[in-house]
Amino acid sequence: MRNSRRSEKIAFFFLFLATLLIVVPVGLIIAIIIQKGLPAINWQFLSDMPRSGMRAGGILPAIVGTIYLVGGAILFALPIGLLAAIYLSEYSRDNLLTRMIKLAIVNLAGVPSVVYGLFGLALFVVFCKFGASILSGSLTLGIMILPLIITSSREALESVPDSFREVSLSLGASKWQTIRHIVLPNAVPGILTGTILGLGRAAGETAPILFTVAAFYLPQLPKSLFDQAMALPYHLYVISTQVPNVDEKIRYGTALVLLFLVLFMNLVAIIIRYHFRKKKKW
Amino acid sequence: MRKLKEFIIEKLILVCGLASIFFVVLIFLFLLKEGLSVFKSISLPDFLFGKNWYPISDPPQLGILPLILGSLLVTVGAAAISIPLGVGAAIYIAEIAPAKSKEVLKAGIELLAAIPSVVLGFIGMVTLVPWVKNIFHLPTGLTALSGSIMLAFMATPTIVSIAEDALYSVPKTYKEGAFALGATHWQTIYRVLLPAASSGILAAVMLGIGRVIGETMAVMMITGNSAIIPNSILQPVRTLTATIAAEMGEAVVGSEHYFALFAIGIVLFVISFAVNVTADLFLHKRK
Repeated sequence: MRNSRRSEKIAFFFLFLATLLIVVPVGLIIAIIIQKGLPAINWQFLSDMPRSGMRAGGILPAIVGTIYLVGGAILFALPIGLLAAIYLSEYSRDNLLTRMIKLAIVNLAGVPSVVYGLFGLALFVVFCKFGASILSGSLTLGIMILPLIITSSREALESVPDSFREVSLSLGASKWQTIRHIVLPNAVPGILTGTILGLGRAAGETAPILFTVAAFYLPQLPKSLFDQAMALPYHLYVISTQVPNVDEKIRYGTALVLLFLVLFMNLVAIIIRYHFRKKKKW
Repeated sequence: MRKLKEFIIEKLILVCGLASIFFVVLIFLFLLKEGLSVFKSISLPDFLFGKNWYPISDPPQLGILPLILGSLLVTVGAAAISIPLGVGAAIYIAEIAPAKSKEVLKAGIELLAAIPSVVLGFIGMVTLVPWVKNIFHLPTGLTALSGSIMLAFMATPTIVSIAEDALYSVPKTYKEGAFALGATHWQTIYRVLLPAASSGILAAVMLGIGRVIGETMAVMMITGNSAIIPNSILQPVRTLTATIAAEMGEAVVGSEHYFALFAIGIVLFVISFAVNVTADLFLHKRK
């Protein structure tokens, strides 16, 4: 008995250690980026064009490019993803087709990000002749975040109790009226959470935009959907590996802006989820 | 009129429902369309097992064995680190951690999943790479080992969250039964919970490894990118994903090099498809 107590203590210690080995570096990474990046952040850094071969000046075009790309991706992915989620939650039966759709979603989520880049290049840039442009990049990112939007919206729709639907149907509403006026409004927080997480994911990805939109350096802001654009994650890659002698401060500053953007969106999603879980009436 | 409107909307919903199948097929078709052209000039065995990757020499040598071995080496290294850490952390969070610290730990791990891979690659370049260089007295710290460590780190959120789910979904009665027989908490975890959750944990490990194989930016930034067959984990390597990301920008559309990079894309797509379908089977077996 004493032996088994002791081995339990040893085992639990190692499990605790494993957890620390994951969580502590996460904290350290974020702390390092904040500590070394914060001195670089000022209004000029956020609102100026890069200067002297990206070794000075600001990162405005990268911020603007990322906002365009993320906006475009969500405009494409949200309607399709939401309707797909409605199909899975409200219409599909437990049959082979549904099983295949679910498997396709799992696979879409698992496709390596660089393969999305290849696909975007082949389909949008070359085949559709959109060229390397915001349009091509947004569509590629949109398809990439589709599984995330479908999965979270579906969970939100399915968590609306069946009794809500039954009451609505018994009052003579049609199936679509029930979905439109009863199910959807009650699922909004969950759908919003998934959408924001999708935004964060699209903002941080580099590989899908490498060959579909990202520009090494542009002297002006993009003017149309068919222009190339700079983007924060690609800009960080460029100044940390492709351009020699960039001031460390600028690299950390760029990393901090990107990290802040992504973590901020995750935080908003968590707050929405928490807030509405508390308010939930069922 | 309303009937017609609803009819149209419901058809639209069905079409969007099928969108994910459509996109998976579309991705595969476009990879095939561009990638298969490479086999006009090189046979499949020569492509997969050719020892030289010199895509811009004349004539180009397009053997991806060094890239496959590079990916394999980094992946095996990452798996060796991330599986014990990830499964260990999942057990700790699901079973041992007090309720308060459980939420903090889970948030920390979710945070890791949210950090963009290019940021982790950058941090790896400025911290991990110099450490590896100094500890092993190497000419460069850009090695397969650095890549393995960083990828192991990146794979843990996937492993932890799915393995933790698997442990939670073991019926409480199993645990109570073991306690009633006088087993300690650790004996219960080791002898009862882990075997009962094994298929879910296996799926977690597979999906974690799938993440490692597909990871691109971080691995490109810290593994040194040299397309030679590695004979030690302390050498620079180049993975399948990094090759595509690094070279596609320079490849001329329609050249053999371009087709070969798409053919590598097919290899990656097939691997991720196999990993995800198998993991899905394991997860469904549990239910």
